[in-house]
Amino acid sequence: MSARADEVARYLKRRARWSPLEIAFWIFAFATIWLFPGKYLILKDTAILALFALSLDLILGYAGIISLGQAAFFGLAGYFSGLVAKYGFIDEPVIALVCSGVVAAGLGFVTSFLVLRGSDLTRLMVTLGVSLMLGELANRYSNITGGADGLQGVEIAPVLGLFRFDLFGHNGYVYCLIVLFICFVIARRIIYSPFGLSLRSIKGNNLRAAAIGIPVKWRLVAIYTVAAGFAGIAGALLTQTTAFCSLDVFSFERSADLLLVLIIGGTGYLYGGLIGAVIYKFLQDWIANLTPQYWQFWIGLVLVVIVLIGRERMAGWIGAVRAFFNRLGARFAPRLPALGGAGSEGH
Amino acid sequence: MLTILYDGIAYGMLLFVLACGLSVTLGLMNFINLAHGAFAMAGGYCTVIVVNRFGVPFALGLPIAFLVTALLGGIFERTLYVHVYARSHLDQVLFTIGLVFMAVAAVDYTMGSSQQFVQIPEALQGQFEVAGVGIGKYRLLIIVICGLLTVALQLILAKTRFGSRLRAAVDDQRVARGLGINVGVVFGITFAFGSGLAGLGGALGAEILGLDPTFPLKYMIYFLIVVTVGGTSSITGPFFASILLGIGDVAGKYYVPKLGAFVIYAIMIIVLIWRPQGLFARGAVSR
Repeated sequence: MSARADEVARYLKRRARWSPLEIAFWIFAFATIWLFPGKYLILKDTAILALFALSLDLILGYAGIISLGQAAFFGLAGYFSGLVAKYGFIDEPVIALVCSGVVAAGLGFVTSFLVLRGSDLTRLMVTLGVSLMLGELANRYSNITGGADGLQGVEIAPVLGLFRFDLFGHNGYVYCLIVLFICFVIARRIIYSPFGLSLRSIKGNNLRAAAIGIPVKWRLVAIYTVAAGFAGIAGALLTQTTAFCSLDVFSFERSADLLLVLIIGGTGYLYGGLIGAVIYKFLQDWIANLTPQYWQFWIGLVLVVIVLIGRERMAGWIGAVRAFFNRLGARFAPRLPALGGAGSEGH
Repeated sequence: MLTILYDGIAYGMLLFVLACGLSVTLGLMNFINLAHGAFAMAGGYCTVIVVNRFGVPFALGLPIAFLVTALLGGIFERTLYVHVYARSHLDQVLFTIGLVFMAVAAVDYTMGSSQQFVQIPEALQGQFEVAGVGIGKYRLLIIVICGLLTVALQLILAKTRFGSRLRAAVDDQRVARGLGINVGVVFGITFAFGSGLAGLGGALGAEILGLDPTFPLKYMIYFLIVVTVGGTSSITGPFFASILLGIGDVAGKYYVPKLGAFVIYAIMIIVLIWRPQGLFARGAVSR
């Protein structure tokens, strides 16, 4: 029996090992700091979007919860970090960032009980409703939030007392990238733990998961809370690096775009959100240059076409690319036989 | 007080006509159609074009809006939507959000982003007093038209052969198929009809709800509230839900204007937690 347990442990450990492709990905990600010095603003937005998409991937790709309301956590933490900086409650951005994440996670914990009831449609409605409610509240208490004009006069102290957010966005980008990396490592750790495996089994079939003794409800509550925290950190990053926060952090479009980002990259493997964010930002930039006012049309077209072609087929080419790199990687490192489970299974 | 009630009922009736098509699509095909508002917008803009540009009388503009949107709905259903019925809810949400984005940008491009107004004949403007309550003539027209439509819908659904086929298909699609009912055709017709109603609602509501390119996004949540709160098993459920929503929204905006739509969202969430299947659902529906 213990031999079997050892075997499983070894298997899980091997599975969780960093592949050469992943290492290359992150080396490239950090190399962009020197490679594209003129593009810091869009790179920074991409990093924030990637973190936000990662949070959605945790609940959609791994736990199978459809949400149209991740913007609620993004926006709440955005306003929180802006307010604590404005009134000088917490001067240090890193501590403020962590606190914002915790606040968002708190909201996630409370709302998770509402979200876990009912069907897909009810979930959509409740998640959307929560973010719209927060938007209305932010609008109502305009004496605190600045209302439609946005939260102005936010002054962000230098990070760790050393690195001031400069005009070119260099320090801001490095800061976002490091936070993204740390959050990614945490998410990766969660996903490859036994806890992460239990989430997959819940997504696959929650009745059977319950039958083999997995506490389905609490696992979902936990991952929803963690994902809310990540979304919150993304929102706080946006406020800190722009020193501004406006009502559109709660908007429906933000949540809908996020779904698109994740779908482009593919759900259910951590890099989906990251790759999706890069492609999405690139597309948006390119289309906005062609037709500044109507880029939404093309984004909509992309969504429709993706669904009509079929997400499975889209995930297919990503899978093919990955298989190619895995074979390439196998020459440099001994690897275990290919594991299934990447790509996006239908819900 | 009574004026609020009156305005609320008019508003609710309008919402019902806008949303009842959605409730059928959801109940029949278990299809989440977030793009329903786009059809309503199409109806509204259609009326604006026909009435304001070509000088067609308003009374004729409404049926035209209905027909054009129904045709549009039918075409979309046959060419695009049929591919998505069997997909997961996530795919349906993505697909219809994509359609909404496209509709918003396309209308913005062709008609401009400013708010549009339909020229209403003078006979329908203004209001008169009955027992101290100001009755807006236009709102009275809405109540009459929507009320007649509701009765007609109920009769079609309860008395005609098509209605019984539709109800059978909603109740249990597989058995209905087994009995030889062509569910696809029933659904196509219903979808077109529902879109047409949405278009009519959009045309009627341009005056009250406002009409600009963001219409489908602004009112999407309202339609969904009507459907989820009202349940999808009958049309009386959505009807009462929309009346409640209409009165609640008008009263909320009148008494606590600063909270805006907060009241509505809060009520929706409470209802959904209390009865996830909707307020008026009968028993547990296994879906």
